[in-house]
Amino acid sequence: MAAGTGMPGTPDPHDVPEGTVVLGASDVARALTRIAHEIVERAKGAQDVVLLGIPTRGVTLAARLAQRLASIDPGFDPERDLGELDVTMYRDDLRRQPTRAVGVTRLPAAGIEGKTVVLVDDVLFSGRTIRAALDAIGDLGRPQAVRLACLVDRGHRELPIRPDFVGKNLPTAQTERVRVLLAEVDGTDAVVISGREPGAAAAAEEGAR
Amino acid sequence: MRHLLSTADLAKDEAIELLDTAAQMAATQSREIKKLPTLRGRTVVNLFFEDSTRTRISFETAAKRLSADVINFSAKGSSVSKGESLKDTALTLHAMGADAVVVRHWASGAPYQLAHAGWLDAAVLNAGDGTHMHPTQALLDAYTIRRHLGGRGGGLRRGGDDGVGADLAGLRVAIVGDVLHSRVARANVRLLRTLGAEVTLVAPPTLLPVGVESWPCRTSYDLDATLADWQPDAVMMLRVQRERMSGGAGAFFPSPLEYTRYFGLDARRLAVLPPHSIVMHPGPMNRGLEISAEAADSERAVIVEQVANGVAVRMAALYLLLSGTTEGTAL
Amino acid sequence: MTTTSVPPVVLRGARPLGGEAADVVLADGVIREIAAPGAAAVPEGAVEIAADGHVLLPGLVDLHTHLREPGREDAETVASGTRAAAAGGFTAVHAMANTSPVADTAGVVEQVWRLGQEAGWVDVHPVGAVTVGLDGERLAELGAMADSAARVRVFSDDGRCVHDPILMRRALEYVKAFDGVVAQHAQEPRLTEGAQMNEGVVSAEIGLAGWPAVAEEAIIARDVLLAEHVGSRLHVCHLSTAGSVEIVRWAKGRGIDVTAEVTPHHLILTDELARTYDPTFKVNPPLRTAADVEAVRAGLADGTIDIVATDHAPHTREDKDCEWGAAAFGMTGLETALSVVQATMVDAGRLTWADVARVMSANPARIGRIDGTQGRPVAVGEPANLTLVDPSATRTVDGAAQATASGNTPFAGRELPGRVVATFLRGRATVADGAPVAAPAPAAARGGVR
Repeated sequence: MAAGTGMPGTPDPHDVPEGTVVLGASDVARALTRIAHEIVERAKGAQDVVLLGIPTRGVTLAARLAQRLASIDPGFDPERDLGELDVTMYRDDLRRQPTRAVGVTRLPAAGIEGKTVVLVDDVLFSGRTIRAALDAIGDLGRPQAVRLACLVDRGHRELPIRPDFVGKNLPTAQTERVRVLLAEVDGTDAVVISGREPGAAAAAEEGAR
Repeated sequence: MRHLLSTADLAKDEAIELLDTAAQMAATQSREIKKLPTLRGRTVVNLFFEDSTRTRISFETAAKRLSADVINFSAKGSSVSKGESLKDTALTLHAMGADAVVVRHWASGAPYQLAHAGWLDAAVLNAGDGTHMHPTQALLDAYTIRRHLGGRGGGLRRGGDDGVGADLAGLRVAIVGDVLHSRVARANVRLLRTLGAEVTLVAPPTLLPVGVESWPCRTSYDLDATLADWQPDAVMMLRVQRERMSGGAGAFFPSPLEYTRYFGLDARRLAVLPPHSIVMHPGPMNRGLEISAEAADSERAVIVEQVANGVAVRMAALYLLLSGTTEGTAL
Repeated sequence: MTTTSVPPVVLRGARPLGGEAADVVLADGVIREIAAPGAAAVPEGAVEIAADGHVLLPGLVDLHTHLREPGREDAETVASGTRAAAAGGFTAVHAMANTSPVADTAGVVEQVWRLGQEAGWVDVHPVGAVTVGLDGERLAELGAMADSAARVRVFSDDGRCVHDPILMRRALEYVKAFDGVVAQHAQEPRLTEGAQMNEGVVSAEIGLAGWPAVAEEAIIARDVLLAEHVGSRLHVCHLSTAGSVEIVRWAKGRGIDVTAEVTPHHLILTDELARTYDPTFKVNPPLRTAADVEAVRAGLADGTIDIVATDHAPHTREDKDCEWGAAAFGMTGLETALSVVQATMVDAGRLTWADVARVMSANPARIGRIDGTQGRPVAVGEPANLTLVDPSATRTVDGAAQATASGNTPFAGRELPGRVVATFLRGRATVADGAPVAAPAPAAARGGVR
């Protein structure tokens, strides 16, 4: 929680053992609130919106977004309109990685048919996870629209995919590692970047502003 | 996981991973579109040296639901019946580029040889070998038990639905019948024990192997006493081959009638079981021999469900064998 | 069979039966002199062999060899099998009768005998079948085989058991007329239908049909009682269980004229090896438990078991490169037998080299009634059938490098002690410098046989 105690609106880029904190807890909270409003605005109300979180942290982020949507528009019911979507069996890199455990897919009680599905992920990178998610959704039903929300967009897309709602654009080098930490899973809220070349941090921060 | 040859090779966490994966696979099978793209472009060969339409269809369904290409290679009507050796068959499959070979064989150990003789580099999945092992049958049995009883005994349903994440600690399973010739019994004794369940084998002494005392289970010659005193949570009836009763002096018991009298599951014995208990059978059943129609069709029977779970478990096994890089995942 | 072209040999510093070092002179097919080092009268033109520290044994005699000829020359021939025998230190082998055609007539045994003579590596003594075609139904013409040029004295249906008690009784009685012996393959057939391996903890676990010890012990028990009743001698092939050792010990205590053999593999290997499903380890009788291995070692040490015999059973790759259930029974042994005995018995302090000479040469020769020429003491004037062993050497067994035509050795890749440096058949080296010589018999001698 230490990362969240800085001044409001001020990133807290102090060095943690694994890397540099580029978003603190308050930044994460603010970004999610903004995304929630954008979703409602874009969909003209949250009536037909369902959220699908992509494991692991996308599921947590989707749950937080669901609370915010419900407070903005009582027509959104987290019990009914929130689900999770495991894309493991749709990935195109299964043979390149050690065997992945298959996660849980739980559709919202409202279903996805005719709904506006908002996919929620933590970090958008190559876009391959989202490609897999789109294929999975195609097998599960026919939504009216599919949108994409992510907390961090770090660039380096390998597919023609772009997010609809972004918490923070974070220019990175390919070799760097971006991690989203969430209190429910990691005990703290933060976005951490590691493997960064010395001196590159300031430049990247500049670019992000 | 490189091969799936024997439940004796499975560590507890591996077994639970298989069951958990099967649970996710099962979830996909209630959808309108049941097919997943996961194993697109991979080739699974069903190599059957022994007839078993049910098992073959189950594996074929599992592979096709994962979008693998399936080639059925059966002993009948192929070079196998003309005397082509296991080795030459393996070399042929290797040349054809099989990624996984599902093998059913009359000889105990044939899948082990396929996996270790260096004849082919595909993943080998044992679909039943002689009187040795039938790991996917035991896994689907364990999966079925966990779905129904995962919250009982000491082994609480720690995970979510269907007992995901849980073991079978504290559950009691009675396996009844021809243990001597049963690969299902051997596979189940090992797996159920690994998952923490207690097992009692019930059979006439002629149908228990010499050496059974080294197995991690107890044995009984008395089905009535086992049901009444031990109160098993699940009763698994094994198929009795009718040929075991003929053969004159070498027959394993005097008559079908006598077998049924002492080792058949009927309505009377069913009534002795605890209310939550389930009745299982690997199929195909000999109704009226090891299991009566009342028992087979009762609400306790989960025999049809076992078949459905078989597809999910085999999907899980194929997924875990064929996804991922091969290094560092030896089973 | 002339020996005139063979030069004399001097073995410098060899230790007869593992005793004191001596110079041993071989000439004219016999041992001419055994003298203190440097004290022997060396004949002109003698070949000198440095044998410091090497053990000199009488040529080994195998009572149980499968040479496969006639019929399965793809697995072994008399020539290849006897060359393997020489490489293993043997100077005589008994060739089992389960050939095709079966050695159940004078014609077949004479053929095998003659092939042995022509090959010239060791003396080949055919074993005659007890029953026609090994079918266990009626006696073969045992007398004709005994009277043939092959002078058969050992009769066996090996691979099959003479299970019919009345037939066994008749055979035991009948061979008394020519001092023959029935060598019984003790396997109750009904108790071993479909059997694949020792019945016990391992078979129960790995799902291979079990072969109970009682199937062997029951036949041995019956046969020793039959032998006692009719006053015949009986030889028990390859006994493999602790119970069998007990029964034979009891029978000998009663004065029954029974002899027993154990194979090298039953002295060292156990049924745990079946867990690999590698058919190399499929053998009849099956590999047993560690307790059985200990019992046969003890039986060999205390004299209950009279001999070690190889049951050398070569098989083609096709018969072994397959499912365990489809594979042939048997393993090769001629070239590893002495090493296994050294490892399990000599190096363990349970047998001396003199004991090895007894159980691998003198006793088998006596049982086979070839003890006029084979299995003799290492003494002046005796036939120079000798084996020179370097007990300090070790070697890693390589099936492909063996002299036998088949590769089914269970010891492939294993390191074993001891190495046969030289083998002499009537003074002529069949093995020199650890390898079979180019041609064991002079051309003139081979021509003479024809």
